[in-house]
Amino acid sequence: MSSPTTGRSAAAGRAALGFGVLAGIVGLWHLGVRGQWVLVFDIKMAFLPEPAQVARLLWDFAFGGVFDDAFSGTLWQHLWASTGRVLAGFGLAAALAIPLGVLMGRYRLVHAAFDPAVNLFRPIPATAWVPLILLIIGFGSQATIFLITLSAFFPILLNTVAAVREVPPRLVEAAQMLGTSRANVLLKVVVPASTPGIVSGLRIGLGLAWVILVLGESNGIEWGLGSMITLAREQVRTDRVVVGMIVIGLAGFLSDRILLHGLRGIFRRRPLVRAT
Amino acid sequence: MSVSDLSCLTRHTDGGRVLVDDLGKRYGGAAGVDAVAGVSLDIAPGEFVAVVGASGCGKSTLLRILAGFEAPTSGTVEVGGRPVTRPGPDRGVVFQDYGLFPWLTVAENVRFGLRQRGTPRRRAGQIADAFIEVVGLTRFADRFPGELSGGMQQRVAIARVLANDPAVLLMDEPFGALDALTRTQMQHELRRLYREAGTTVVFVTHSIEEAVYLADRVVVMTGGAAKGVPGHITEVFPVLLGDDRDVNAADFNALERAISERVHAG
Ligand SMILES: Nc1ncnc2c1ncn2[C@@H]1O[C@H](COP(=O)(O)OP(=O)(O)O)[C@@H](O)[C@H]1O
Ligand SMILES: [Mg+2]
Repeated sequence: MSSPTTGRSAAAGRAALGFGVLAGIVGLWHLGVRGQWVLVFDIKMAFLPEPAQVARLLWDFAFGGVFDDAFSGTLWQHLWASTGRVLAGFGLAAALAIPLGVLMGRYRLVHAAFDPAVNLFRPIPATAWVPLILLIIGFGSQATIFLITLSAFFPILLNTVAAVREVPPRLVEAAQMLGTSRANVLLKVVVPASTPGIVSGLRIGLGLAWVILVLGESNGIEWGLGSMITLAREQVRTDRVVVGMIVIGLAGFLSDRILLHGLRGIFRRRPLVRAT
Repeated sequence: MSVSDLSCLTRHTDGGRVLVDDLGKRYGGAAGVDAVAGVSLDIAPGEFVAVVGASGCGKSTLLRILAGFEAPTSGTVEVGGRPVTRPGPDRGVVFQDYGLFPWLTVAENVRFGLRQRGTPRRRAGQIADAFIEVVGLTRFADRFPGELSGGMQQRVAIARVLANDPAVLLMDEPFGALDALTRTQMQHELRRLYREAGTTVVFVTHSIEEAVYLADRVVVMTGGAAKGVPGHITEVFPVLLGDDRDVNAADFNALERAISERVHAG
């Protein structure tokens, strides 16, 4: 047993270690660009902007006042537009995948009905959907949301099915012998018992939503981090591409934290989210 | 908390009669194994019956059929005059592994059954509080099961079924996972609770001492799929030792030995 104080200082030590590695990566990046290193895969570091340059551009992207061009201070508008699409696509995926997953995990007949379709559609990567979506939806916000829904749907579904199947039969028996109705066995026992697994699926789905965002926003969209990166690539602005990558990375990271801590806030001390 | 306190809080269902007639259970279809066969048992309302026997002789199978978790392959089972077809709140089950809902507090676990059966929130809370007090866990009412010891969790599980006011209490090695000291303590408490609650109890254990200490009758089962003979009842011992039983008394030990011989004779 460690006392709270040593526990906290150990956590601080681990955080320092993590930041040390990050600082090391940035340091190597800086040296690599300066020294024009050529790495495996023919990575030409000379083509990269320096970290300091990226930091300045990131600041300008967020708050303006440095370069004062069309790019300055537009981060929030891009981020807002992208966040909206991620939330819509992710929310829709969760709203469809969780109920279906609970029913598939609990009822053999529902599983038999949907499992073949799920296994046929699941291996098709989002990139392979793009040409078809271009033809039947056309690029834009709707296509992006559709792609995100599609990508987030399967990890949420599969995690939900697995979690429901792993609910200890004992808990269902306990509920039944207490006089619980079939509907409430599902709602009051199976769903809470599978919540840790469902939350894991949600986190994977949300992460994928940000991954697919860039693909979806790469055409026919004015505002969005993906369209910003696409435009930067067309203009050969490597520095802006890197800035866009960093912002998406941070947004993905932050949304995961918000999801996790939001749920922890709702559940309080109830053991419904896996310890990380 | 006295008897009258409890009875004014609950409807206080009388103990139910348990009638098992020529029960057989085969797992795994026609080519499967016969777990039990020809089991007949008549348990009076309010009676405490312990079932002992070597592992695999079908004790849990019998109990799970009484609970309605498993359907018999042959024979009939009646509780309180009604055939058992599915699990129901008239038959409260206490499992060896407690089966508490880990995401609910002690208080929420204990009022779960009452709430499911439509008892208003306030009243369910009052009844739950009373039973939490009966098992001595008032200070832990807002804790989660994962924060309690095994003995405390089993107390919660017992309070949970008693609050639900069952006619029959079915217990499958409920103290099997507890250390010796806690186990003895729980046996004392169960005897006290049983007298207050007045339910019929079917108690599965592989401890003969526990069976003799608690029960009005001890049912000995032998056989089992592994022995090539389906599990069946070989003898039923009445326990005529009165209410204050001393596990070190000569008559206690004599009965214990007689039952033990029957169990091991196979
Ligand atoms: N669900 C099941 N499927 C197949 N066989 C089972 C099942 N449950 C119990 N059995 C078998 O039935 C026999 C009796 O088991 P059980 O009732 O658990 O005995 P006990 O509780 O006395 O140890 C054993 O041979 C066991 O392997
Ligand atoms: Mg057993």
